[in-house]
Amino acid sequence: MKKRTGVFVCHCGINIAGTVDVKKVADKLSKHDGVAHSEDYVYMCSDPGQKLITNAIKENNLDSIVVSCCSPNLHEKTFQNAAKAGGINEFQSEIANIREQCSWVHKDKEKATVKAEKITRSAVERVIRNESLDPISFPVTRRGMVIGAGIAGIQAALDMANTGYEVILVEKNPSIGGHMIQLSETFPTLDCSQCILSPKMVEVSKHENIKLLTYSEVQEVSGYVGNFKVKIKKNPTFVDPKKCTLCDECTKVCPVVTSNEFDLGLTGRRAIYMPFPQAIPATYTLDDKNCPGLLPIACGKCSDVCDPGAIDYDQKPEIIEEEVGAIVVATGFDLYGKEEMGEYGYGKYADVLDGLQFERLCSASGPTQGKILRPSDHKVPKEVVFIQCSGSRDPELHCAYCSKICCMYTAKHALLYKHHVPDGQAYIFYIDIRSGGKGYEEFVQRVIEEDDVVYLRGKVSKIFEDNGKITVWGVDTLSGKNVEINADLVVLAQAMRPSKDADKLAKLLKIGTDKDGFLQEAHPKLRPVESVTAGMFLAGAAQAPKDIPEAVAQASGAAAKAVAILSQENLFHSPQVAKNFPNLCTGCGMCVDVCPYGALSLKDGKVEVNEILCEGCGTCSATCLRAAIEVKNITPLQIYEMINASLGG
Amino acid sequence: MAEEFEPKIVAFLCKWCSSAGSDLAGVSRMQYPSNVVPITVMCSGSVSPLYILSAFNKGADGVLVSGCHPGDCHYIKGNYYARRRIALVKELLEFTGLEPERFQMSWVSAAEGKKYTEIIKDFVKILKPLGPQKKLGRSQ
Repeated sequence: MKKRTGVFVCHCGINIAGTVDVKKVADKLSKHDGVAHSEDYVYMCSDPGQKLITNAIKENNLDSIVVSCCSPNLHEKTFQNAAKAGGINEFQSEIANIREQCSWVHKDKEKATVKAEKITRSAVERVIRNESLDPISFPVTRRGMVIGAGIAGIQAALDMANTGYEVILVEKNPSIGGHMIQLSETFPTLDCSQCILSPKMVEVSKHENIKLLTYSEVQEVSGYVGNFKVKIKKNPTFVDPKKCTLCDECTKVCPVVTSNEFDLGLTGRRAIYMPFPQAIPATYTLDDKNCPGLLPIACGKCSDVCDPGAIDYDQKPEIIEEEVGAIVVATGFDLYGKEEMGEYGYGKYADVLDGLQFERLCSASGPTQGKILRPSDHKVPKEVVFIQCSGSRDPELHCAYCSKICCMYTAKHALLYKHHVPDGQAYIFYIDIRSGGKGYEEFVQRVIEEDDVVYLRGKVSKIFEDNGKITVWGVDTLSGKNVEINADLVVLAQAMRPSKDADKLAKLLKIGTDKDGFLQEAHPKLRPVESVTAGMFLAGAAQAPKDIPEAVAQASGAAAKAVAILSQENLFHSPQVAKNFPNLCTGCGMCVDVCPYGALSLKDGKVEVNEILCEGCGTCSATCLRAAIEVKNITPLQIYEMINASLGG
Repeated sequence: MAEEFEPKIVAFLCKWCSSAGSDLAGVSRMQYPSNVVPITVMCSGSVSPLYILSAFNKGADGVLVSGCHPGDCHYIKGNYYARRRIALVKELLEFTGLEPERFQMSWVSAAEGKKYTEIIKDFVKILKPLGPQKKLGRSQ
């Protein structure tokens, strides 16, 4: 049956009409085969414009429409709704983009008009072959998951749990808290980091809607928005937290001393340990990589002194399967390794620290109980050099991007140092000071003016140990002079990197990463908390370097987005999915192999489409040698006719 | 003087990166020749070799396929399939005797309006001296 299509050409004020003769386009299209009605209007997206379309559908008995206007990214939905209001299926509406792809990029009115006609005709050729479709509905598993329990993950989990949905919070370390719990004070208010974070950690541990899985890693994810299946490996801690009374007898007898991750190697810990006093869950972990041997048991001292018998050497890794409707990924950051910095001694000098190590040195709960003592000889450093952009903003050798937080935390470090060592001198090498943020610029000014910190604009070319001092060679580009400082301690503001193995997790979750390995947001401006995969959201420094308030804000945004899914009983999926023709299918399986979503399978020698998994990319259709599979409403036949129209044929 | 030859170009743009990139060129009011008519497809991986042949057959003087950068495909790996397939199509077209410059593949992200503009300008510049494509076109 021949279709009756309506064509509606928008002027967009003069945005389109300035370069395209819209009346001519409407007139030419009115003569096109299948077009029953054609008109132009100044603003189709306005309320009268939409009414005009709705009325024209009814009056002219139209069964499909083409709106020649701006990009479908803007008003596709608007005109689908106008079509619905006119009583026709929303998939009988197509957009011809004659603004972004025509009127705005050309000046010659005659040529632009011809091109606008071709684009519009191409859309007409498509719409007259469109099927009416209904969105595919499917039920939602109404619980959420958060991966990573730093400040972003904790905030997202609490926000989701507080709306009444169950949340599974997965953390790979033995305790939650992330990097924030390692910090001493936070800029610009100098709030004690532990003091403001630990209440949230306690809330997580007591929340009836949060199921906490620490020392656990996501291993496998399948499914789709609203219905993910996640396999999590819970590593054995070899300690039963229910029996453990936290008496600490075990660590006293453990013969092994290894580097303490929480203090970034500034102190040691035993093979059985509690990461830090406020750890959640509050229990011990036996680190089997450093224990002298569990199978067979080579030591057994900790078990011998454990009165309640909490230590169980036979614990095995456990695989936990969970079903969730939405996932928030908050895997955080690591610092760029000092060992990457050849110019700064490859991390081999004891008195060259990174920013996080300096945080531990300042921290009241740190290795020196808050006294600033340099690691090599435990003396108070009298001259300290801070180097900003260590590894950041260096596209030739290191990371091209700005790590965003280092200007602020270096100012804070210098201030804390001066408060601990009032007669000491702090120098900061910087490229620029980037202090955008509430109260941030004022904080930097305070450090410069009140604490007499010397800011040197320039880079450091080399640092080396010399007679118990660390010699720093740099340049002050404002005076144009070389600078040599014999420092007692050097602190490198190392670049922020995505956390180790974040790329592997991103692959598991099928969410993209950007050129630097940070998780890719769906749109840099308008969808900053959504990943490119529906139902997965991003929070915190895993997406890009950011400070605590930004991480918290993004986490709350991600939680709200996740709850928007969990709060629905059913979700809808675009029906523009693959459709197979069993009579043409030979069951060769080539399409099954190329499908990125595992949406195709072979059954009785023919391909079957799982419409919920299919995202409609069409890779199957391009691969099939027999045209036995195509994507609805963008079929090869439609494309051939669109090609024809595009060439003016 | 005879009118200057204006090549006809069909551009298959993936919806997520290249079509969005060409939208950005528009939003930024960058200017490029009107020779190109875009057809937005879901993914560069959905561009069948038959689409390309069909465009040449219907008289296109040049065909462009543009997708997300390798590794950035909205559909995870569609552009990798496109890349492999298009390498073969290129060889096939050369075998038929078509000038290889008439067929191009590019990677244009949603942020690369400028790049899209340059690609179109360069493509038109390359096609103009080649004159009309007759090798695969229907006899007229």
